[in-house]
Amino acid sequence: MSFRKFGLGLAVATLLAGTALPALAQDSVYVPLFTYRTGPFAGSGTPIADGMHDYLRMLNERDGGIGGVKLVLEECETGYDTKKGVECYESVKGKNPVIVNPWSTGITLPLIPRASVDKIPILSMAYGLSASARGDIFPWVFNPPATYWDGMSMIVKYIGEKEGGLEKLKGKKIGFLHLDAAFGKEPIPLLQEMAKDIGFEVALYPVAAQDMQNQSSQWLSVRRDRPDYMIMWGWGSMNGAAVKEAVRSGYPMDKFYSIWWPGEDDARAGGAGAKGFKMLNWHAVGANFPAIQDIQKHVVDKGLSKAPKDKVGELLYNRGIYNSLLIAEGIATAQKITGKKVVTGEDVRRGMENIKLDPARLKALGLEGFTDQLVLSCSDHNGHRAAFMQEWDGTKWVKISNPIEPMTDRVRGQLEAAAKDYAEKNAGWPKRTEACDKAS
Amino acid sequence: MLYREAGQFKTSYVADSAIFPLRQDRIGIGLIILAAYALAFIGNSFLLQAVMIPFLVFSLASIGLNILTGYTGLLSLGTGAFMGVGAYACYKLMTAFPEVNVIVWIFVSGFFSAAIGALFGLPSLRIKGFYLAVATLAAQFFLQWCFIRIPWLVNYNVSGALDAPLRTLFGIPIVGATATPQTRYLVVLTIVILLTWLASNLVHGRIGRMWIAIRDMDLAAELMGIRPLQTKLLAFAVSSYYCGVAGALLVFLWYGGAEYDVFNINQSFFILFMVIIGGLGSLIGSFFGAALIFILPIVLGIVLPAILSPFGISVGADVIEHLRFMIVGALIIFFLIVEPHGLARLWQIGKQKLLVWPFPY
Repeated sequence: MSFRKFGLGLAVATLLAGTALPALAQDSVYVPLFTYRTGPFAGSGTPIADGMHDYLRMLNERDGGIGGVKLVLEECETGYDTKKGVECYESVKGKNPVIVNPWSTGITLPLIPRASVDKIPILSMAYGLSASARGDIFPWVFNPPATYWDGMSMIVKYIGEKEGGLEKLKGKKIGFLHLDAAFGKEPIPLLQEMAKDIGFEVALYPVAAQDMQNQSSQWLSVRRDRPDYMIMWGWGSMNGAAVKEAVRSGYPMDKFYSIWWPGEDDARAGGAGAKGFKMLNWHAVGANFPAIQDIQKHVVDKGLSKAPKDKVGELLYNRGIYNSLLIAEGIATAQKITGKKVVTGEDVRRGMENIKLDPARLKALGLEGFTDQLVLSCSDHNGHRAAFMQEWDGTKWVKISNPIEPMTDRVRGQLEAAAKDYAEKNAGWPKRTEACDKAS
Repeated sequence: MLYREAGQFKTSYVADSAIFPLRQDRIGIGLIILAAYALAFIGNSFLLQAVMIPFLVFSLASIGLNILTGYTGLLSLGTGAFMGVGAYACYKLMTAFPEVNVIVWIFVSGFFSAAIGALFGLPSLRIKGFYLAVATLAAQFFLQWCFIRIPWLVNYNVSGALDAPLRTLFGIPIVGATATPQTRYLVVLTIVILLTWLASNLVHGRIGRMWIAIRDMDLAAELMGIRPLQTKLLAFAVSSYYCGVAGALLVFLWYGGAEYDVFNINQSFFILFMVIIGGLGSLIGSFFGAALIFILPIVLGIVLPAILSPFGISVGADVIEHLRFMIVGALIIFFLIVEPHGLARLWQIGKQKLLVWPFPY
């Protein structure tokens, strides 16, 4: 090849690389959103990304931001890849983000030790390290509204109630279909402990990450073992594939339960046969809330959103809204406590600790009945809130239960042991130095 | 004009077999090393932490794979897993013996990786080419399975993840959250320079020539008295050593904590692409390959919005991501068409042209 041209191209490329990034305005709050609209998990990631972006964008368009301060939103594409997630974190770190939400357990883990050093709080909403619910050990990490252990105890409790009492589960067999990774394995010790105490049997069906879309061997075993109930801990394409396989192998769908990650598209994968599939959830589905109507009006109708109109209000879209609701509340609460308008990461950490989303506050935000109340505190960064069961009726999710409280007595033991373990293993894990705010 | 070898006489065999026989090359490499160290003091934390440290880590892993695939001609798809062995070994060692300096453990962890690599290299005596690739693929899946299944490897951590406890060198934290990108970068840079120097001595010496002989024609090499068993296993061991050290650096000096999934098959392919694009059988090619495959997408991510925004086109992060994939993919094909021997060959041609510049007759 011609070396002159090659050299010229190289020179142009270096020149372009030198163009500076646009500077940020002073009177604004920078909120980076780690999203993944590409890669194998894009199916779950895209609606979440849309929901997260659209709610905050709506606040910008409708109210001019939060407390009169505009939010500077920037999406960073992670592709659910730890490498890119860490790169994203490094690239946003210099711009003084007030909070980061990694949206992947794999990305959350390397960021946890950095949070206290860089003074950037982490919001890992119902994923990440369950032990980070302990605010006294992890002052910079928040994982509301419930941990996976809470979720597992709620599902077992619900099943027990259906049988007519937890003790009736004795002698039954519960199958646990899970992603063979830290995320899927986390609730196993709790499940086994409950199995021992109550007297039911547990059958484990691990699904390796590379076989997520091919679960025929697991479902063959399910057919052989005939568990009375199935519980699923899946993510991305694993959920849809599991529903499809369950329908194909003729497993009774009304006995198939899942943690809170499947979306409408996953249930639709099973066709008409998926009717009766149940999952835990903690927020409403649908667009019938004033705030979501505002998103329609100010963002989607103006073409500022990437979401198609009919996806607004779907389960994972609303999950994204819930995530942004917490970010916005963290910022608003921080403004209230500090009296400052332009808050920093340290302020938002305090704000998150003082979040109080009670029904009155939700009503004021235009989200009355969207979700159960959530109160965080200095020591409790999770809330351990109740979730409800919802059922797929063939076209949409229908709420079928009242809020189910987690079995706190069982979960607490797991949590304390894990948090202590983490701090012990990481010799030199910093003691909490951040002062606690008085509950107002 | 500037790059001339005229007047530089070699008076001994040692001088003749030097790695950098030209004075200009020696000055050049000195300047590059100097610049690399200077970067620690002038670069910002994004440049160091998100660009340079990973670049060096991947370069080291590429050197490892290059020794195996480029120099010895044995195709391996287990690089990711061998990196994982180094990382897990380093984690076990540094938590079991916290009083020993972590730098020592980073170097020692490579030996664990080397042992595992040599073990999985045994089939290479019987099988070649694609068949060997499949055998190393087995290593990849088996080791990854171990990383998930054996909780002992992560000290029974509930999250199943590796985390980086605080470790210091001369009282300055180098591993753990409080270590600054600057110190991490200096440590990684020093280790990479040391190991690259070692590798260049290996491949230019007797051992390297044995590897190359095996690569070019193993039957002829055997007839000349090179024992294939020892030579191939040595290549596997040395290659895995480099990958293992790179894996330990990746987890403890770059990520600061990782899940087993970091060492998946994609990682193996990622490194293999670097080696192929950079140039098989070339150390500097490993650096070029790592730069093209790893740094180019980052540069594109910064440059593309800057190019597009003056035209009033604002694109989302996802579109940039797709564009990155397309451009990097197109560039890989482009480079492979114009120069199938990789970037290292381009570099060589460039140097040859420079030797006769500006009077190319």
